[in-house]
Amino acid sequence: MAKIVVVTSGKGGVGKTTTSASFATGLAMRGHRTAVIDFDVGLRNLDLIMGCERRVVFDFVNVLNGEATLRQALIKDKQLDNLYILAASQTRDKDALTAEGVERVLGELGKEFDYVVCDSPAGIEKGAHLAMYFADEALVVTNPEVSSVRDSDRVLGLLSSKTRKAEAGEGRVKEHLVLTRYNPVRVDKGEMLSVDDVKDILAIPLLGVIPESQAVLTSSNAGAPVITAKETDAAAAYDDLVSRFLGEDRPHRFLTAEKKGLFGRLFGT
Amino acid sequence: MDWLKLFRAPPTKQTASIAKDRLKVVVAHQREGRANGPVYLPKLREELLLVVRKYVQVPDSAVNVQVQREDGLEVLEMNITLPDAT
Ligand SMILES: Nc1ncnc2c1ncn2[C@@H]1O[C@H](COP(=O)(O)OP(=O)(O)OP(=O)(O)O)[C@@H](O)[C@H]1O
Ligand SMILES: [Mg+2]
Repeated sequence: MAKIVVVTSGKGGVGKTTTSASFATGLAMRGHRTAVIDFDVGLRNLDLIMGCERRVVFDFVNVLNGEATLRQALIKDKQLDNLYILAASQTRDKDALTAEGVERVLGELGKEFDYVVCDSPAGIEKGAHLAMYFADEALVVTNPEVSSVRDSDRVLGLLSSKTRKAEAGEGRVKEHLVLTRYNPVRVDKGEMLSVDDVKDILAIPLLGVIPESQAVLTSSNAGAPVITAKETDAAAAYDDLVSRFLGEDRPHRFLTAEKKGLFGRLFGT
Repeated sequence: MDWLKLFRAPPTKQTASIAKDRLKVVVAHQREGRANGPVYLPKLREELLLVVRKYVQVPDSAVNVQVQREDGLEVLEMNITLPDAT
């Protein structure tokens, strides 16, 4: 049975899709059979970030409605043979998502994959609810900013009550904090919540800190998950995150500002 | 090299610590009854808030519900803070 991992946040635009794409790719790079599903019905985006938008024929809703088989709808990754993407539909209404349908699709995927990564839409409505409902583990993507932290806390409340695991009394969905768009320079100036601040408030284990990085935009321009942008800070941070998820012990990096030279100190901001 | 500080912008207010303090309050409130109280507690709180608001305008944080355990007895403790009379 595959392990189901939801990437969720409550607040929009914090980096769920960026994280889903790199996390799934990282798992596949380590040899795990991985599927990543876009739950953002109506606002498909994962396909663009994974660079497979021109190969979407059938989508998640087609499979839910029985208009296509999973085999027809799963898109194989450009690079990795063991990574597949299931796109969200662009047009259909959200009523197509039902608990029974989602359970069936996840059950089928579970037979063929080691990991199923669910990229949640923002909010706490149906799409977000169903993305987390069957999860075994959750990556709670948070920015070091008040509204994002508060929303993450709301989501933690939902994970501990409105999931199949919680309802069936089968324990908890395992929660991981993923702090993204972290800017150590601003943290040093006291302008941004630090990683310890956020850890203190949310009180869940930290899986990784992803720095604010120019590589994220350039990678999304090119349609490749940022974890494949070798030698960049964001790729290294996501690579560490995947290793930690798989049980490796890796120190956290990119938590401190790079030392500025004399020139930077005189003329920098 | 401390004289270099002369060239830097004056220190801004430490807004991150303000953010942290505000978040602590908000989050503590959101978590009321979530941790070990009965599952109906958050809903009960919401409904109480609606009832109170029929009579007086109170902020979200005005209603506090907690389960206390004393001598093997479970006590539902409610606190409703009324706004200052103006
Ligand atoms: N570490 C980062 N550094 C810089 N930019 C980032 C980083 N992570 C995400 N972004 C940018 O933030 C924006 C939102 O990212 P993304 O689409 O992954 O968020 P999301 O949570 O999936 O959004 P939505 O809630 O709309 O689904 C994108 O423009 C992305 O390029
Ligand atoms: Mg997204």
